Amino acid sequence: MSSSDNTHPLVKWIDERLPVFTFLNHELRDYPTPRNLNYWWSFGSIAGIVLVIMILTGVMLAMQYTAHVDYAFDSVERIMRDVNYGWLLRYLHVNGGSMFFIVIYIHLFRGLYFGSYKSPREILWGLGVIIFLLMMATAFMGYVLPWGQMSFWGATVITNLFSAIPLVGDSIVSWLWGGYSIDNPTLQRFYALHYLFPFLIFAVVFLHLVALHVSKSNNPLGIEAEGPQDSIPFHPYYTAKDFFGFGVFFLVFMGFVFYAPDFFGEPDNYIPANPLATPPHIVPEWYFLPFYAILRAVPDIEVFGYILITAKLAGVILMFGSILILFFLPWLDFSKVRSARFRPIFKQFFWIFFVDCLVLGWVGANPPEGFFVVLGRIGTAFYFAYFIIIIPLIAYFEKPRPLPESISAAVLGGKKGEDS
Amino acid sequence: MTAKAQDTGAAGDDETRRDFLLLTTGVVGAAGAALSAWPFIDSMNPAADVLALSTTEVDLSPVEAGQSITVVWRGKPVFIRHRSEQEITAARAVDLSTLRDPVPDEDREIKPQWLVVVGICPHLGCIPLGQKPGQPRGEWGGWFCPCHGSQFDTSGRIRKGPSPTNLVVPPYQFTEDTSIRIG
Repeated sequence: MSSSDNTHPLVKWIDERLPVFTFLNHELRDYPTPRNLNYWWSFGSIAGIVLVIMILTGVMLAMQYTAHVDYAFDSVERIMRDVNYGWLLRYLHVNGGSMFFIVIYIHLFRGLYFGSYKSPREILWGLGVIIFLLMMATAFMGYVLPWGQMSFWGATVITNLFSAIPLVGDSIVSWLWGGYSIDNPTLQRFYALHYLFPFLIFAVVFLHLVALHVSKSNNPLGIEAEGPQDSIPFHPYYTAKDFFGFGVFFLVFMGFVFYAPDFFGEPDNYIPANPLATPPHIVPEWYFLPFYAILRAVPDIEVFGYILITAKLAGVILMFGSILILFFLPWLDFSKVRSARFRPIFKQFFWIFFVDCLVLGWVGANPPEGFFVVLGRIGTAFYFAYFIIIIPLIAYFEKPRPLPESISAAVLGGKKGEDS
Repeated sequence: MTAKAQDTGAAGDDETRRDFLLLTTGVVGAAGAALSAWPFIDSMNPAADVLALSTTEVDLSPVEAGQSITVVWRGKPVFIRHRSEQEITAARAVDLSTLRDPVPDEDREIKPQWLVVVGICPHLGCIPLGQKPGQPRGEWGGWFCPCHGSQFDTSGRIRKGPSPTNLVVPPYQFTEDTSIRIG
């Protein structure tokens, strides 16, 4: 439609044979975007730039790192002390991981609040959940590579989760390990997969964007953009807005990199891995804490005095279930209204759910004793009740506020848009 | 009329035949593809050198009653405790119906004073505390897992906390009166 802009003869010549310029114009310039997106919508592209930074720093680190139990820890220390700017690359990569999760969690809660998962964006949402799962796997394996105490014991605890699977559990665990314990074969395969997975993420992100560009962005009002008066071209309006978002984000990111590079880390991971001594308190990285709390929440499930499901298996099922349930959200929430702005009851429960996730994170960071056991169980119960009971009930009973006629009517107050 | 019927019949046969061929080649192809995945999957299983890890011989003579030692077998810690009379009595006095994984203490050792267990919590693989003096041993005087709070008694049986089973007793035999071979 705007390939006519490509006037340069060489551009035209290439475009007629491989329409990259038409494609870029269509998807990044003219791409019609709702005119009312707020800054919560910047986090998708921020996540994109973080992925690029992670791959870039990761490739540079891979040139210096040695994936062997005898050398891994020392090679990381060498990166920190001897390699030119090695400290910078590593701190960018380490803190970039934490930033990635912060950004993705904001992106995810934005989707939950504004109902971005609803028809016709179910697959867009599902692809996002797949990206989240891949990210968790990548982050987990990456954390093992420095081969410190938390690397080793975190890996031990998480891989042992699979032994909860009835019958084949132990075979799966020794298959994952390539031995009888976490050892050199495990480290080497985690390194290989940690290098592979970001490219899988990249591929799914591409599909995520294809799906996005079919249904277009949701917006704070949660109503579809109907005509040209509801949309503005992506460039320059949202490129400018996104770049401003990048700037603010980089201030925070670099603040950690330069002033508190070990803020998110565990001191124990600066002790080389020792298979014969468990640290007194194993905690996963902060971004896994709510799921860790869910893992530890359930007791044995007994029926007439017989243990039907052991605490271990039940914990594993719930932990994976807590993420898999997100796939079903578009159908659990069958309310036609997307945005929480027009859903008074949903809005309140959304914030309770948000606090519940923070509480679960707090529980996950503490030893499973006394008060925290009770709190973890209540938090877990609410987490699942929110999706399975509360959301469908709200969808059924809630009377949403009246929706505005159109995006332009709501944001321009009846005035005509400049470019309509 | 007859010719026409034969024609359609022939065409029908032909289609069924083609469908059949398509289906069978498809199935064989899919099966072949699935089977060829096995070498890739199996390459991740423990390799021959890992499997060939030798057995571990342990001399128990320096271990006094009440003391414990930790040895390494196949990359895992193995706890060996020289139990006192008191500990043996405590382990044997338990009502089995109160246990999550009920095994009588007599079935968990060859000689009552020597308890040999793999020092890995069956819950998620942490190493329980209680081998060294001063470490917490839990309410039943055995071991305490710091990760998720599992507590084991003086027979290594799970008494409290998330572990679904007792500490595992590895295969071992006495080669002499005070020395064992694990594995």
